[in-house]
Amino acid sequence: MSHYEVKAGPEAFLPPAAATMGNILPDPGEAHIGGKIVPEEEAYEHAARKILGAKVPTIFPGPLVLWKWNDHVAAKAKAIRELANEVPMRLIPMADYRPKYPKIDAAVEINPNHPNLTIWHNKIDVCIFIGVHCHQANLALKMIRASTNCYTMAMCAMAGHEDACLSFRDADLEKIQRLTAAVKKLKAEGVEVQANSFTQFQMDRSGFVVEPVN
Amino acid sequence: MSKEKIQICEDLADIMPPEYHKLVESATFGNQDRGWKDIGSSTELIEQHSLCAGCPESIAFRYILASLPAPEDTVFVGSTGCTSLVFPHVAVHNIHSLFGNQNAIASGLKRTLKSRFPDVEKDVVVLAGDGATVDIGLDMTMQSWFRQEKFTTICFDNELYANTGGQESGLMQKGFVAKMAPKGKNFEKVRLPEIAREAGCAYVALLTVSKPNRVEQVIKNAVLIAREVGPTFVQLYTPCILEIGKQSMEGLDEMKDSESIGGRFVQKEYISDEAQKLLDSIKIETKERKKAAKEAAKKPVNA
Repeated sequence: MSHYEVKAGPEAFLPPAAATMGNILPDPGEAHIGGKIVPEEEAYEHAARKILGAKVPTIFPGPLVLWKWNDHVAAKAKAIRELANEVPMRLIPMADYRPKYPKIDAAVEINPNHPNLTIWHNKIDVCIFIGVHCHQANLALKMIRASTNCYTMAMCAMAGHEDACLSFRDADLEKIQRLTAAVKKLKAEGVEVQANSFTQFQMDRSGFVVEPVN
Repeated sequence: MSKEKIQICEDLADIMPPEYHKLVESATFGNQDRGWKDIGSSTELIEQHSLCAGCPESIAFRYILASLPAPEDTVFVGSTGCTSLVFPHVAVHNIHSLFGNQNAIASGLKRTLKSRFPDVEKDVVVLAGDGATVDIGLDMTMQSWFRQEKFTTICFDNELYANTGGQESGLMQKGFVAKMAPKGKNFEKVRLPEIAREAGCAYVALLTVSKPNRVEQVIKNAVLIAREVGPTFVQLYTPCILEIGKQSMEGLDEMKDSESIGGRFVQKEYISDEAQKLLDSIKIETKERKKAAKEAAKKPVNA
């Protein structure tokens, strides 16, 4: 069993990939917290506590949930919005994986090639990846762990991510809704939201409809 | 083939940056008559790129992407080289293959798409440099032609390995001295269009990218013939201005010089009889469709 704990960084300029340290991915019905395999139910509560205890909790939806590939994806997008509204959490999209030139607007988007810019700019302390392709998520999660103090979570539709501080696997619509339910439950039990107040930005083809206010 | 495929989820649309809204609303997905003339008036499938200023390859990319008959149903297969630096910026599905392996990947992909989507025409287009096509990948390239795999192969011919500093390639002209080929090339430029024809390509074209209308026609021909008849090959001269000692503004002149009479890139096409029949029928069909559209537009609205 591995003793390498995947913690929020900053860890090092080049942290090791958790898999190389012996960390393994959870089996179906399980998740991992810091590299330790736990029952999925435990991870929902842990994730919800992390989200509620954060100053700037943020969801990074990826291309797999931003683009309407099919109706199931549209339902997932709706569930993500519900989760964001319930906490409330910021939503910052990772619409594609281009290394954008001359630079990305870190206030309103995140890029897997330099995700630390968005984390630093917005002072994000807890984030959750949903709908990001695994190879790009692995890259970004490791970079975030290297150079920021952000606690990372991954809602992975496949086998999960060793390099996240907490990872679910086989994430579908129901699992997103279960995370929202876990947040609701904790709030009902009296756990208070620590998030700073903010205004979620909104954009259309001409630019900002609502500008972000932190 | 329809624009409906390129949509943003409604519940998260308001967090998407403007460029994505523009892509969905103003790109030419689903437009049967899309072409190079849409550049400048519609949102392009490539906006930014990471190539050098004035690089003819970047122009070639714009023309090719504007000319694809159905970009929403097209998958590019690329290989290592300057082209691979651009694919991350392109709003069309693409796969990066191992160096030289692109036609082998495309063969499997085309067959799989045919099996997975039997009712939809999915186009596969290989786009690689001359090193990947002619040197390292010639085996895979030719084998795919021998097997009559139905996809298009486009070769960006800059006559050397530009991305790695100017080594000699099979498509380099005889006697040319490059930074990493100081003695000059001893052999003739490989006659790839002729090889492609003999290897079984139904349509082969060689040209520069100095004239967008020609590039558009060739790309459309190649993709449409590959759907119905068999493999097609397009060799485009996209000179590397850095490696041949030119300035950013001189790429166009270089292409024009090379396509003038007696030049290496005088436009040529080989079209098989079957492919020619197909092109003729497409021409008639397009003419009739446009005529009908024109007449429909003339009719009063309340008639």
